[in-house]
Amino acid sequence: MTDITTDADEAGFASDLTQSNTLGESIRAYVSRVRGGDMGALPSIFGLVVLFIVFGIANDRFLSNLNMANLAAQSGSIIILTMAIIPVLLLGEIDLSAGVAGGVSACVMGLLIVKHDQQWWIAVLAALVTGAVIGFVIGVLVAKLGIPSFVVTLAFFLGLQGATLKLIGEGGSVRIDQPVISGIANNNMSVMWGWISAIAVIVVFAALRLLRHRRKVSQGLQHQPFAVVVAQVVALAAAVLVVTDVLNQNRSVNVNFPISGVPYVIPVIVVLLVVWTLILSRTTWGRHVYAIGGNAEAARRAGINVDLVRISVFMACTAMAAISGIVEASYGGKVSTTSGGGNTLLYAVGAAVIGGTSLFGGRGKASNAIVGGLVIATIVNGLGLLAQAAYLNYVVNGVVLLLAASVDAISRRRRSATGLG
Amino acid sequence: MSDAPLLALRGINKSFGVVNVLYDVDLTIYPGQVTALVGDNGAGKSTLVKAIAGIYPADSGDYLFEGKPVSVHSPKDAAALGIEVVYQDLALCENLDIVENMFLGREKKNGLFLDETTMESSAREVLASLSVRTVKSVRQSVSSLSGGQRQTVAIAKSALWKSKVVLLDEPTAALGVAQTRQVLDLVRRLADQGVGVLLISHNLTDVFEVADRITALYLGRVAADVAVKDVTSTQVVELITTGHSDGIAAPSTPAASV
Ligand SMILES: Nc1ncnc2c1ncn2[C@@H]1O[C@H](COP(=O)(O)OP(=O)(O)O)[C@@H](O)[C@H]1O
Ligand SMILES: [Mg+2]
Repeated sequence: MTDITTDADEAGFASDLTQSNTLGESIRAYVSRVRGGDMGALPSIFGLVVLFIVFGIANDRFLSNLNMANLAAQSGSIIILTMAIIPVLLLGEIDLSAGVAGGVSACVMGLLIVKHDQQWWIAVLAALVTGAVIGFVIGVLVAKLGIPSFVVTLAFFLGLQGATLKLIGEGGSVRIDQPVISGIANNNMSVMWGWISAIAVIVVFAALRLLRHRRKVSQGLQHQPFAVVVAQVVALAAAVLVVTDVLNQNRSVNVNFPISGVPYVIPVIVVLLVVWTLILSRTTWGRHVYAIGGNAEAARRAGINVDLVRISVFMACTAMAAISGIVEASYGGKVSTTSGGGNTLLYAVGAAVIGGTSLFGGRGKASNAIVGGLVIATIVNGLGLLAQAAYLNYVVNGVVLLLAASVDAISRRRRSATGLG
Repeated sequence: MSDAPLLALRGINKSFGVVNVLYDVDLTIYPGQVTALVGDNGAGKSTLVKAIAGIYPADSGDYLFEGKPVSVHSPKDAAALGIEVVYQDLALCENLDIVENMFLGREKKNGLFLDETTMESSAREVLASLSVRTVKSVRQSVSSLSGGQRQTVAIAKSALWKSKVVLLDEPTAALGVAQTRQVLDLVRRLADQGVGVLLISHNLTDVFEVADRITALYLGRVAADVAVKDVTSTQVVELITTGHSDGIAAPSTPAASV
């Protein structure tokens, strides 16, 4: 035993363990957590690996460098939309209109650039504001009038598609060829900058993790075993290096025009992930979002302004959805009347749930969007390559969503049965 | 009473729509004393607690804190005065851990970000000072705690905030013998630290064991406000069930006039 626990002994609080002592113990603890219904990210990572193997065997182009880069760009808008919806799901609410809100916002951006000759950054700002305003109205209707978010956002899902249609005109579309906007999904970092950024990400992550570990140990706080910290750093480093390596290979089919490098959408996602992880896990606002999702009445009694948090979450969600809409417009080269419609939003909800965010509120994190979004994008991409009939795409995604939701519901039941957190 | 009252309610009325729940209720809480609030189911005990806590502010009446009139319209107002409530329907977030629950709504910050170091150490310190030995880890999620442990966390929260007044709504109702013992000890320890405690309980054994005063509610009115040493258990049962008892003076607004 370490000196930390002796300290606690004297205080008469002997059984408060500040550490699960060995790696073995913490693996056992993890297994019992999974048994108790707390899955974590491992099952969906495992699912992603299985998908890669299956599609890789079924089609030899799936694992090609070109398709991997395409998959990265394709998953961008889904991942960002998933990140947008996660705070709303944490509240135990839903926003069915986030996809089309992103569409309208992107449309505002496109029209400002094309029709009104505005700078790209002014147009992007306008799109974000559009998103935030839509979210504000939704939030007020949900929090102040008490209309279920399902109903409010279903109404917005329909209404906002009308708005896009009115802005663009029937059957029309807005071309996005502004170099910066178009470059998000279609341009790549140079190979050297790709490697430099990758190394920087790994070093910063490792340093933060190790420093946090040392601080917790020295101050006698609850902490993970050192081996787990090392394992996390190694896993992240491996993932970052493999992805960077694949994307830095030449993927052009034309020998005269080599294409290589990490698409800019990836650093955009990394920044959003870091920001949202910090907001949700390290700020008061984030803590209150979880609290409201866990027990809104308890949050109210603790003096939290529940309405204000709800409204701000819907605003943040639709502002993020605007970013997703912009990335989608960049990838597709245009904003059309159907942008963000169809099953875009259901993909995002599915991705969040697959990634480990609960539909019942109070459980989930920003990083769930990465794994979940990749699973959905991989299914869409893989089935697309296999040139299967479109119906199969719907069926498979429907089944996956249902599967994830069942896992969520079952693990929730188990949690309350075993009392595990 | 040698001490001045910490908290005094005078002539509190509260109705939900057409249903009148509290009529001209007077209540006094003294520092260092446990005041028991007794009454049958539906007498209005929880409603009175929520009125004090600012959850359902009273329709009329005076609210005096340390002798001064104050207005309490939200849980924040009550917390700012140093009033802490442990609700009957425990107000804990099951998805958060013990530390997170104890600091909920009053998180410690270090610049922009949460100061987990300070929060975790203070939570551990307070639990230790109350000799709480039953929790395995302060980073345990509340959903993994037993009823007694949750009650302990809720009460420890009030100790953490150095509250002046602590209101406990039936804290032992769902507990076993040993857990009840622990919670009652905790209640007594709080009072001995100078806190004014209001204890709602159905269990007269508990009341006679820890309380200094008893206020009995009958159909939303105060039937009696007496020192524990001046009454017997039988008389209190009578007060709870009929609203009056021989030999106990009714307060100024007699319940008998219903
Ligand atoms: N939010 C509410 N709306 C309407 N009536 C309520 C509400 N809360 C309590 N009541 C009513 O007020 C009365 C007193 O309830 P309560 O204060 O919970 O009693 P006790 O805690 O003494 O058992 C009951 O008749 C109950 O039905
Ligand atoms: Mg009650």
